[in-house]
Amino acid sequence: MMDTATDIVRLSVNGDARDVGVPTHFTLLEALRYGLGLTGSKQGCDKGDCGACTVLVDGEPTLSCITPAFAVEGREVTTVEGLAGPAGPHPLQDEFDRNGAAQCGFCTPGILCSAAALLERVQRPGRDEIRAALSGNLCRCTGYAKIYDAVEAAAARMAPPGDAS
Amino acid sequence: MLRLPPFRYHRPSTVDGALGLLGEFGDDAMLVAGGTDLIPNMKHRLFEPAHLVALRDVDELRGIREEGDRLRVGAAETLSAVASNPDVSRLFPALAAAAGHVAGPQLRNAGTLGGNVCLDTRCTYYNQTRFWREALGWCLKKDGDVCHVTKVGRKCVAAHSADTPPVLATLDATLLLAGPEGRRELAVRDFFVADGIANTRRQPHEILVEIRIPLASARLRQAYAKLRQRKAIDFPLLTVAVAAECEDDGTVVRIEGVVTGLGSRPRILTGWDEVAEGRVLDDEVVEELASRAHRQCHPLDNIIVDPEWRRAMVPVYVRRALLDLRAA
Repeated sequence: MMDTATDIVRLSVNGDARDVGVPTHFTLLEALRYGLGLTGSKQGCDKGDCGACTVLVDGEPTLSCITPAFAVEGREVTTVEGLAGPAGPHPLQDEFDRNGAAQCGFCTPGILCSAAALLERVQRPGRDEIRAALSGNLCRCTGYAKIYDAVEAAAARMAPPGDAS
Repeated sequence: MLRLPPFRYHRPSTVDGALGLLGEFGDDAMLVAGGTDLIPNMKHRLFEPAHLVALRDVDELRGIREEGDRLRVGAAETLSAVASNPDVSRLFPALAAAAGHVAGPQLRNAGTLGGNVCLDTRCTYYNQTRFWREALGWCLKKDGDVCHVTKVGRKCVAAHSADTPPVLATLDATLLLAGPEGRRELAVRDFFVADGIANTRRQPHEILVEIRIPLASARLRQAYAKLRQRKAIDFPLLTVAVAAECEDDGTVVRIEGVVTGLGSRPRILTGWDEVAEGRVLDDEVVEELASRAHRQCHPLDNIIVDPEWRRAMVPVYVRRALLDLRAA
């Protein structure tokens, strides 16, 4: 085993270029939480099972706890902190609030990221599509019904005007 | 919190560049593609390479396209890309299904087809933290000289747990490997050996470049069935791949079944042709084939679920796969 080396990793996080000094074996999650103070992404199982650490890398849901930080240089990372815009919370965040879709809240940032990627891809996903898109995110509190309701409600709000489907 | 052991991360852009790094660092280096298997294993201190040689920036390992009489799939194509690829879905629906059933969406976005083919074996006594393993005592597969599954055995029985190799075997797929001495092609059905410690013929410093599937296999009726506790995230407890060449009236010319999730390598079921050849896949034939499969499979207590139940599920899942194949 070699000694711990540190280096600068050049990340692009939520639209900002960030140079972060981290040990070379840090995961993306560790770089976000302990290098940048972005603690929205959660450290759950920390081995790629639970989905709490899900962030978007080039728009794709990615488990940041098993992604080396240096693997995402040159790629665009979006965390839950990057979902809200200047006008306020993302419709998903607002509907999670209105629908009581978060209880302890630990799984919520990862689910919001998975759901945001789904709504980028599919305007009005059906329940089965939502279920499939969130199947890599575990929630131990609420059950999933309210989460699916919130995603459906957000999709309805985000759909172009006149789309009543 | 599970910390990784220290390593340096290298991103070569060519196969030769990756081979060069492997040559330079020797046993201190390991290859990583999606990392969905290796990184958790490193967190468990099952591997502690000082250098990781990443394959995801190597263009030659990408691309899904027809070349001559076969479909070539770059080994670093993600399982998501394989599952959603129109050519794969049209020609080899069982492969698309198997790739689409691996783990969950995030893991399929990172995990690759090549990584699934080269997946490390799994065992209750192996896929644990160092603390857990040390408390019980090391095992044959990692640092020890005893098998906690068989108690007396001198051979590691960790389970081959990958979804796609059984399907690739039934499709007569081959693998292109690049090493320091050049390139070679191996059939998927010859790729695995019955050794839970290292269950493939890939040498540590060989890179899986591409998976090649004969277009002729597209004429086979194919199906895939998977047993697991949840419908996402979990590794398979049992997978069944079946493929058959049938005449227009449904008469079987040849038929093959491969199961895995039980022993250290995929098991190619024997004696199927003598049951089914020249007959149509009616319920009686399906039952005979399922019964043959049951007689040939004897899972051990190597993964968390009761081996007797897994064994009892063999004919159930073989039957499901064959009924899907019949309907295909």
